[in-house]
Amino acid sequence: MMTFTLWDILRNLLLAARWTVVLSLVSFVGGGLLGMALLYLRIGKARAGRIFVQGYVELFQGTPLLMQLFLAFFGLGLFGIDVPAWLAAGLALILWTAAFLVEIWRGCVESVACGQWEASASLGMGYVQQMRYVILPQAVRVAVPPTVGFSVQVVKGTALTSIIGFVELSKAGTVVTNATFEPFTVYGLVALIYFALCWPLSKSSQILERKLNVAHRDH
Amino acid sequence: MSLIAITEVKKRFGDVEVLKGINLDVERGEVVAIIGKSGSGKSTLLRCVNGLEMIDDGSIMVAGAQLINDDLHLKALRLKVGMIFQQFNLFPHLSAGRNVMLSQMVVKKTPAREAEAMARRMLERVGLGHKFDAYPDQLSGGQQQRVAIARALSMQPMALLCDEITSALDPELVNEVLAVVKELAADGMTLMMVTHEMRFAREVCDRVVFMHQGRVHEIGPPEEVFGNPRTPELRQFLGAQLVV
Ligand SMILES: Nc1ncnc2c1ncn2[C@@H]1O[C@H](COP(=O)(O)OP(=O)(O)OP(=O)(O)O)[C@@H](O)[C@H]1O
Ligand SMILES: [Mg+2]
Repeated sequence: MMTFTLWDILRNLLLAARWTVVLSLVSFVGGGLLGMALLYLRIGKARAGRIFVQGYVELFQGTPLLMQLFLAFFGLGLFGIDVPAWLAAGLALILWTAAFLVEIWRGCVESVACGQWEASASLGMGYVQQMRYVILPQAVRVAVPPTVGFSVQVVKGTALTSIIGFVELSKAGTVVTNATFEPFTVYGLVALIYFALCWPLSKSSQILERKLNVAHRDH
Repeated sequence: MSLIAITEVKKRFGDVEVLKGINLDVERGEVVAIIGKSGSGKSTLLRCVNGLEMIDDGSIMVAGAQLINDDLHLKALRLKVGMIFQQFNLFPHLSAGRNVMLSQMVVKKTPAREAEAMARRMLERVGLGHKFDAYPDQLSGGQQQRVAIARALSMQPMALLCDEITSALDPELVNEVLAVVKELAADGMTLMMVTHEMRFAREVCDRVVFMHQGRVHEIGPPEEVFGNPRTPELRQFLGAQLVV
C-alpha cells in the first residue's frame, strides 16, 4: 500500500482549492452583475419588472441550493443538453448569488431616508438623477459590509457542487480520503483551508462596517 | 395675477379627508405664515403646492401654469417653487458647496464653474461662505438649515415653501435661521411658511393663515389674526401658544 505524507495530502487539497476560489469568484462577480440588473428592475417604476424579480428571489431563496444544482445539472440533461459539471455549478451559483445580493441591495436603497427623495425631487431632479446622484451613492456605502459578508456564503456554497462531480476542495477531500483512509486529517485540512478563505472576508466585513459607521462620508 | 393660486383644493389619505377645499392666493413678494394645530393639514398643503402630494380635487396654479401630475410639468413647477424641510435633508455624502451645486448641474445643466460661483454666492448670502467644503455632519443644525436654504435659492425659484424649518433646531440656533428668512422676505422673495414662531410671524409676515381641520379657518394681516381673533378655535389655539 502506498503511503501519503501530510504534504502530499495538503498539496492535492490546495490544488483543488484553486477551483473553489475560481468558482467563488465567478459566482460572486457573475451574481453581482446579474444582481445589479435585477436591482434595476426591482426598484424601477415598471410593475412587471418588480413582480418578476420578487418571484425570482422567492424561487431561489425558497429552495435549497443543492436542488438548484441538481436541476441545472440533471434537468438540462433531460432536454438532451449535455451540461458539464463546471457549467452547471457556475450557472446555479450565479443565479443563487444574484437572488441574495438583489435583496441585500434593495434593503440598502430603501434604507436611504425618504427625505432624500423629497429634497432631491423638490430641486427638480427626475427619478434617474435622484438615483444616480443622491440615493445610490448613499446606498453603496451601506451595502459594502453585508455584500462582503455574503461572499462568505458563496465560498461555502461552492462546497455543494462536489455532489454533481465538480472537483473543488470538498470533492478533492473525498477523493484523497478514499486513497489515504485518513478522513480526520484530510477533512481537518479541508476545513482549515475553507477557514483561511472565509475568515479574512468576514473579518473585513466587520472592519468595513465599523469604518463606514464612523466616517459617514468620503473626504 | 397671484403667483400661487390655490382653489378648492381637496386631499384625502385613504378615508381621511385632510384638506377639505382650500382657497388661498399668494401674491408675488408676499410672505404668508400658516399656523394651526398639529394635524390640521399645514404640511400637506405645502407638499401639494410642491407636487410632493397629488391633490384629489381643485386646482393649484403657479405663475399662471396649472399643476399637472407628470414628470415634465412637475419639474417645471419645482424650478419655480423651492422647498425647505424641517429635517434639512442635506445630501450627507456631499460637502455643503456640492449640495448647492448638484441640482444646478444635473437639472439646469449649469457648467461646474458657474454652479460653483453661484454656490459660493448663495452660501455667502446665508452667512456660510467659509463652510463650502464642510460636510453636513460637521455643521450645526442651524448651519445645515442655512445650507438647505442656499441650495433652494441656487435654483432661483420664484417662491419658497418652508415647513417648520426651525422646529428641529436647538432654541439658540433658531434665530440665525430666522434672520436669513427675514432677509429673504426683505429682498422680496415670496414665502409660504408653516411656523410655530408666532413672534416671527407677527413681525415678518404680510398675512397669517390659521388652518383648522383641513380648512382655512381665519386669514388676515398679523395684527388682526393675533390681535383680534374672531373664532373661538383661533382664540383657543393662540391661548395655548406660550409666547405671542
Ligand atoms: N402620507 C400620509 N398618509 C396618511 N395620512 C397622512 C399622511 N400625511 C399626513 N397624513 C395625515 O394628514 C393629517 C394632516 O397632516 P399634516 O402633516 O398636514 O398636519 P400638520 O398640520 O402639518 O401637523 P404638524 O403640525 O404636526 O406638522 C394628519 O392627520 C396626518 O396623520
Ligand atoms: Mg407638519
